[in-house]
Amino acid sequence: MYRYDDIDRALVTQRVEQFRDQTRRYLAGELTEDEFRPLRLRNGLYQQRFAPMLRISVPYGLLESAQLRKMAHIVRKYDKGYGHFTTRQNIQLNWPKLEQVPDLLGELAEVQLHGIQACGNDTRNITADYLAGVAADEHTDPRPYCELLRQYVTLHPEFYWLPRKFKFGFTGAAVDRAATRTNDVAVHLVRRPDGAIGYRFFVGGGLGRQPMLGQEMNPFVPESDLLRYSCAILRTFNRFGRRDNIHKARIKIVLREWGIERFRAAIEEEYAKINASVEGDELLLLPEDIERVRGHFTAPAYEAAAQAGADVAGLTARDPGFAAWVKRNVRAHKVPGYKVVFVSLKAPDHVPGDCTAEHFEALADICDGYSFGELRSTYDQNLVLADVAERDLYEVWRKLDAVKLATPNIGLVTDIVSCPGLDFCGLANAGSIGVAQDIYRRFDTLDAQYEIGAIRITISGCMNGCGHHSVGHIGILGVDKHGEEWYQVTLGGSPGNDAAIGERIGRALARDEIADGVERLIRGYLELRCDEDETFIECYRRIGMAPFKALLYVNESEAAAA
Amino acid sequence: MTTGILHRGEIVQDEWAVLEDGRTESDAAGGKVIVTLARWRAEREALLARHAVVGVLVPNTADIEAVHPEIADRELIALQFPAFADGRALSQAVVLRKRLGFRGELRAVGDVIRDLVFWLGRCGFDSIVPRKDQNLQACREALNELTVAYQAAADEHTPIWVRRRGRAAVVH
Repeated sequence: MYRYDDIDRALVTQRVEQFRDQTRRYLAGELTEDEFRPLRLRNGLYQQRFAPMLRISVPYGLLESAQLRKMAHIVRKYDKGYGHFTTRQNIQLNWPKLEQVPDLLGELAEVQLHGIQACGNDTRNITADYLAGVAADEHTDPRPYCELLRQYVTLHPEFYWLPRKFKFGFTGAAVDRAATRTNDVAVHLVRRPDGAIGYRFFVGGGLGRQPMLGQEMNPFVPESDLLRYSCAILRTFNRFGRRDNIHKARIKIVLREWGIERFRAAIEEEYAKINASVEGDELLLLPEDIERVRGHFTAPAYEAAAQAGADVAGLTARDPGFAAWVKRNVRAHKVPGYKVVFVSLKAPDHVPGDCTAEHFEALADICDGYSFGELRSTYDQNLVLADVAERDLYEVWRKLDAVKLATPNIGLVTDIVSCPGLDFCGLANAGSIGVAQDIYRRFDTLDAQYEIGAIRITISGCMNGCGHHSVGHIGILGVDKHGEEWYQVTLGGSPGNDAAIGERIGRALARDEIADGVERLIRGYLELRCDEDETFIECYRRIGMAPFKALLYVNESEAAAA
Repeated sequence: MTTGILHRGEIVQDEWAVLEDGRTESDAAGGKVIVTLARWRAEREALLARHAVVGVLVPNTADIEAVHPEIADRELIALQFPAFADGRALSQAVVLRKRLGFRGELRAVGDVIRDLVFWLGRCGFDSIVPRKDQNLQACREALNELTVAYQAAADEHTPIWVRRRGRAAVVH
């Protein structure tokens, strides 16, 4: 875990006081609404439907118990007793009062949390593989690089007023668990046969309107040049990103309008110029700089015989609840005797990603007792205890189950990703939480969920795509039609190594049709798959859209015309 | 008539006058005028003959490296902020200072509010013309709103990764 030093602490503390003064001036009428908006956004404060929303950055999804206890206190004192984990591994509060936000941020700063650049046209919280450091398929831990870049882009004077939001996602493993190519910049750590570390850069990804996946810019930027190359991308974006139309302001539009050759040439030219100037000297990372930050992310003190005394097989044979949980929510760890434990934030009748004060406290105790005091947030709006000894699995399960955080559904049909939707969000056109819950109820039994197997359902309440509908195997997008909530369905999206943008299937479905429609798609898939091992996405890729279209619009002539 | 502006951290009366396109006479006491880049290109010799010192106002859409040879010898380059949240001129400023080595006065004009001032200072602007309704003293204080920074911009800061090179390693 990265630990602040005096410089980091001074920065967040001064930042709180800066925002306190801005808030005071706004409330006193010295700053207009239009002037205050970009300032509050850069501190994580967004205006939602009923109240401001405060987004708290969780750098690369890493939290520790003291932060969780502080969050429990914060949501009780300043909110309605719960927070919400997002697809960018952040935490959102739905009900803070503007006048209290400076105090809230002051309390967060005590535990290394803040809302700096959580919203606004700037570099956002950097996301990364939630299994960083513990995954067997990882060759290089991305977190030290994320932290170096986090510091570089935090309050960067040149890149503080970008054309639009700007997102980085990192991975250093074979499996992309961070949806990296949906980011404006994807950084894949690369390790060459000679041992040299570098970065494979992808640029131009982004969801929302006109979703696109990042395109490869450079297959190997040397390890010393993380900040140099990032500076080249950011400067190119700051100069050439469109500012005349907010819907065309992301870097993906520059890429699309220029074409990849011109776009790549511009970035490479800027990179070469940086390297040849005094800036290049300043931005060059020495091995000791990287080593220093790597020192914050060392492995915990694993025990040699952590499985000693564990009787996982015996306990699973005796306790079917534990068995189901082990099967779905417990995964391999690179260290023998340890397991990765997923904490499901997708219990029945639970808003996907929500976390109550009681949850925060229970999780703080559990990670202190059983996972070296740390917790991670995932791209799928769940949580991870990354380092649980096998002999503790049963206790961890009992403690999680006691607070309804042990639903054995990770990666299954009820593990639905959803934005807050119209219930909270000022941008939303339609509700998403209710739709998620309706779909959930159709597949409430574990037998049904296991029968269906791995599937990713994602729901966004509007085009902006916070629920990542474009990269769901089944993506659902809420749209407004004459004041009514309708839902467009896309199929075949994926955020991982096989990243793809989903294709729209046809006309939107009404609110009272959508859950039925999704149920037909999934039950139909069970008939269409070639065998039990063929997942929904594999089946779709094999047989194409037409059979699913017939399923979705079963009662209509549209199906015949398809 | 003169206006108060920020110059190297102090509130001073502006010695420069903007010479609107089409006008030939300025009321600048010292004969220091600022003209648009288009006019500078069209009337360079005439402007130099008529005015003691000529600065150039560059649009924030200009390729500053391409324009630089034409303005490299100017005493002042003014960069524009059509809206305070439009940061294009910040990149122009950093490139002028750090890559092109411009040592003259670099000025920020336009929708410059107090909450932009800190960032301007860090990007190498040494004169700042706040929007008319802004409190000059507050703008001056804003230059030092934050005293720590992670990056080197065009100011005196040392990058954080360089600063930490002298420090002891992390101890857990």
